[in-house]
Amino acid sequence: MSSVIDVRDLRTHIVTRWGTIKAVDGVSFALGEAETLGLVGESGSGKSMTCLSLVRLVPRPAARIVGGEVRLDGEDLLAKSDAEMQQIRGRKVAMILQDPMSSLNPVFSIGMQMREPLAMYHRLRGAAVTARAAELLAAVRIPSPETRLRAFPHQLSGGMRQRVVGAMAIAGPPRLLIADEPTTSLDLTIQAQYLGLLKELQQRHRFAMIFVTHNLGIVARTCDRVAVMYAGRIVEIGPVRRIFTEPAHPYTRALLESIPRFGARRERLTAIAGQPPDLASLGAGCAFAPRCPAAFERCATAPSETAIAPGHATRCWLHARA
Amino acid sequence: MSVVVLPETAAAPVPAARRRRWPVVSIGIIVVFVLVALLAPLLSLADPYEQALRLRFRPPVWEDRGSWAHPLGTDRLGRDLLTRIVWGSRVSLAVGACAVLLASTIGAAVGLVAGYYGGRVDATLMRVTDATLSFPVILLALILAVTVGPSFGNVVIAISVILWARYARVVRGQVLTLMTLDFIAQARIAGAGAWRIITRHLLPNTLNTLVVLITLQVGYVIIVEASLSFLGAGIPPPTPAWGSMIAEGRDFVTSAWWVSFFPGLAILLVVLAFNLLGDWLRDTLDPKLRQL
Repeated sequence: MSSVIDVRDLRTHIVTRWGTIKAVDGVSFALGEAETLGLVGESGSGKSMTCLSLVRLVPRPAARIVGGEVRLDGEDLLAKSDAEMQQIRGRKVAMILQDPMSSLNPVFSIGMQMREPLAMYHRLRGAAVTARAAELLAAVRIPSPETRLRAFPHQLSGGMRQRVVGAMAIAGPPRLLIADEPTTSLDLTIQAQYLGLLKELQQRHRFAMIFVTHNLGIVARTCDRVAVMYAGRIVEIGPVRRIFTEPAHPYTRALLESIPRFGARRERLTAIAGQPPDLASLGAGCAFAPRCPAAFERCATAPSETAIAPGHATRCWLHARA
Repeated sequence: MSVVVLPETAAAPVPAARRRRWPVVSIGIIVVFVLVALLAPLLSLADPYEQALRLRFRPPVWEDRGSWAHPLGTDRLGRDLLTRIVWGSRVSLAVGACAVLLASTIGAAVGLVAGYYGGRVDATLMRVTDATLSFPVILLALILAVTVGPSFGNVVIAISVILWARYARVVRGQVLTLMTLDFIAQARIAGAGAWRIITRHLLPNTLNTLVVLITLQVGYVIIVEASLSFLGAGIPPPTPAWGSMIAEGRDFVTSAWWVSFFPGLAILLVVLAFNLLGDWLRDTLDPKLRQL
């Protein structure tokens, strides 16, 4: 199976007053058509920076992509010119951000905002653009789309707005959709609906999806594979079922143990000891070692990726073959 | 048993900001002055340049020697004051409009670019802005008047060259806030370039502030122009300008007060009207005060 997106050894550094931070440090993964990768990890683990690196929108000039490859249908995006990249954004790679309250321009109606990228992508004009915009709104299940085109963002609820953002994201239609915590600020009932909608759109358009989230419950429901990030690295990647049943990395295990479970009344929730690492002063070894209950001498050097099952790999000395 | 009293839902008090009516007086004054200025040639008034030395220093109509021929009296050269004030409004309003439009265009452009690109571009542009703000308008206008001679164009240039900096600061501040909002990021992700983001997303979202600032600045510009004309660095005589009319009457204030008084009153009315309108616009357009 050829992959839609193939990321190899992606590295993004941020230069700060306190030193260079390796926000994305050798991230690799690949995704096929209609496949979904869940990207999980604590705040500051490099999830969002990885996503921004894929579309080359890291906050400049502090952050810079310093190496690696991002192949979209075989073409390396990191080798493209800025103008070519602008053509790819929105058309081939789309993104949905976290906050639906601010992700639409408050001074223009929904219709005006939707027409603009549509005209740009498909060279449509006049009534054809409006018709296409209404079609997209209908695709994300917005009732009476023609009327909604005339509405302004403040007249819509958060869930509605996030649907509009979704409609704009599938306008391409894209080959890759990056969803950066798209449901965090929605009501629980709306969350489930929205996730269902995203999956449905994915089935229809067969795009690959990267789903960034804190919520492991959502991962279990929506993703085919999971990548767990820690301090800029993917510490474990594998099929969703295996990650949940046989987590290999101590950090993954700790993450799973910190989810409250219904029925397990007497067991206390385990918090992960210590603080997330200071990325500016990482040592040479495994970044999780200082908080790891299973750390031993070898953890003073950085472990490389080891495959422990088909499609399941981890960076941990516990699983390294001697 | 307890009785639960539900709060009245229908008659919620209207917030004060919403109850404010249209500023009819301000708009009225501005409309009258603008109409008078535009229609000055059609009003069949006296010739503002016509001198009548026999009729020097005629007082306004309600004074002893006053007459309806010169309702507001005449000046040192016997020219009709009302006519000169009417013609002077053309100068004041034209300078106000031109200078404010020029300054806001430059300032908005600088502010948008500085806020959008940030970093070194921002630092450089803002230092230039700071330097500009510390330069007195009057001094620059005097230099221009001395070196190239006073004229309408030079007054507009002198004022705009300083005034843009305020717009630049305010617009940049707004842009910095807007840049943190997701819709800018979303536009970038959708493939929008710098030009599109600046013109379609940033500029429209700063328009409210710009309109308020423009209105408030018209009054300020009119005062600056009057000061320049008063000092002889503004609109050169004999063109009637309110500032130079005040200057002409200065030596006779004790004997013929009306020569300086009426142009001053005109300035007061127009500037006050613009300031009140600006205040009202700010209350109405500022999204932080406004409830939907």
